[in-house]
Amino acid sequence: MSAPAPHPDPFPAHWAARGLKLLVVAYALYAASTLDLTWTRFVSGLDHGAAFIARMFPPQTAPDKLQLLYEGTLESLQIAILATFFGVALSLPLGFLAARNLMPRAVCWAARGAIALCRSLHPVIVAILFVKAVGFGALAGALALVVASLGFISKLFSEAIEDIDMKPVEAARAAGGSFLGVTIMAVIPQVAARFIGFSSYQFDSNLRNSTMVGIVGGGGIGAPLFTAYQRFDYDFVLTILITVIALVLATEALTGRLRRLFQ
Amino acid sequence: MTAAATTPPPPRWVRFTPLQRVGRFAAYLITVAAVVWSMKTIEIIPEFLYDAPEQTLDLFQRMWPFDWSYYPKAIHAALIETFHIATLGTLLSLAVAVPFAVLGARNVTPVPVLNGLAKFVFVASRSVNSLIWALLFVAILGPGALAGTLAIACRSIGFVGKLLSEALEEARPGPIEALTALGAPAGHLLLKGYWPQIEPAFWSVTLLRWDINIRESSVLGLVGAGGIGVALDAALSNLYWDQAGLILAIILAVVLAVEVLTSAIRRRIM
Repeated sequence: MSAPAPHPDPFPAHWAARGLKLLVVAYALYAASTLDLTWTRFVSGLDHGAAFIARMFPPQTAPDKLQLLYEGTLESLQIAILATFFGVALSLPLGFLAARNLMPRAVCWAARGAIALCRSLHPVIVAILFVKAVGFGALAGALALVVASLGFISKLFSEAIEDIDMKPVEAARAAGGSFLGVTIMAVIPQVAARFIGFSSYQFDSNLRNSTMVGIVGGGGIGAPLFTAYQRFDYDFVLTILITVIALVLATEALTGRLRRLFQ
Repeated sequence: MTAAATTPPPPRWVRFTPLQRVGRFAAYLITVAAVVWSMKTIEIIPEFLYDAPEQTLDLFQRMWPFDWSYYPKAIHAALIETFHIATLGTLLSLAVAVPFAVLGARNVTPVPVLNGLAKFVFVASRSVNSLIWALLFVAILGPGALAGTLAIACRSIGFVGKLLSEALEEARPGPIEALTALGAPAGHLLLKGYWPQIEPAFWSVTLLRWDINIRESSVLGLVGAGGIGVALDAALSNLYWDQAGLILAIILAVVLAVEVLTSAIRRRIM
């Protein structure tokens, strides 16, 4: 009787992966050493943290501050709504241009380049440029978020179009449909539901960022927030933060319902 | 003939129930109303708009040519610091997010209280913007890269943890049942049952978040949390647009390169 053939090891050692992990650990230790982590800093941090939290409570509710909060939050909401609306409207054509199954290669690469450019800078940095171009205020913030929306929705939209079933498109073309006819009758119905989903996600994202563009002068609640922070009015900072988080969670619940409605 | 007349007509197929129709109509109506309301009430100063083209042209003229001598002086070190903030923040968030992802997956931890706790941590982490996390940590620890790293980590826990616990919930139960039948302890179940199944998702999520964090850590410096944003803030407040332009171009190049790199790796491992 011969011994049974040995089983292959189901979990063979993967030395290259182990080496890579070791490298990452070594890097993390090196990078952490540049952070200036010291025990005294930790202890004083605890003190600062305690003082910080003590100054936050109770949240500021003076009427003039609440008025400021109300105006800023409303402006943030307006920025988010307008940026989502115009961003979505503009990303429809851009998403089409970037879809590889409908467009010639050159057009598609140009559109993809534009989308990558829109996505690569953080909305707050884009807001800095728009503040210089169109001045302080809500318009600069809204334009920055239009750019951010363009980058995200066009990319998702073009991927959704690339995933469509080409049979209705071929049928519409065979029946002599014009480009516009093919698009409206054979492409849009297949992607409309997903497109509404992307737009509602972008609205959530725009609302989060519309509370931040104010830090660089782009309007919304960010400016009162940053001013209060710099003046050590931490109790008003807390009021603003609670409002912003409640608003974000409420709209997320709302857009979640919207997505279920349109599925 | 009479038989044909008495047959009920075939039921008419309708795509939506009346309630769905009303809901959809209401959604459209609310959207239009919200846009119209925002257009009417948003405060835009038209005087600023008249010279927007000149201002934009002026912006680019001030930016070009770039002040390359600024790169070795301040930008290089700041760029490396941004890289450290993003990478360390991602690694740190993994260390916290993985245990919470295990707690949050309903099939791994069948305890509703712990699932709820994990979900709460994820929501709390994600609903605060990384810039706000940075403000909080700067107030506590003082300005610098440490505050930025912690801000990036806190913001990423929710993202990474949520996606990982969803990946765990999608794991096939077959291998787990086989291991359970053999009497494997919980640690082996996790390490040999779940981990091999979610490993591609784990690396994909990590790389995706790292890519996002590179982008996010470039602005943290605006609130004093270290990285290239500090250099950008200094250039902007001194109105040295030629330096600011160089920094923006470098951020753009780095972010694009990182995105190309991570999406290539993610395509290979998924």
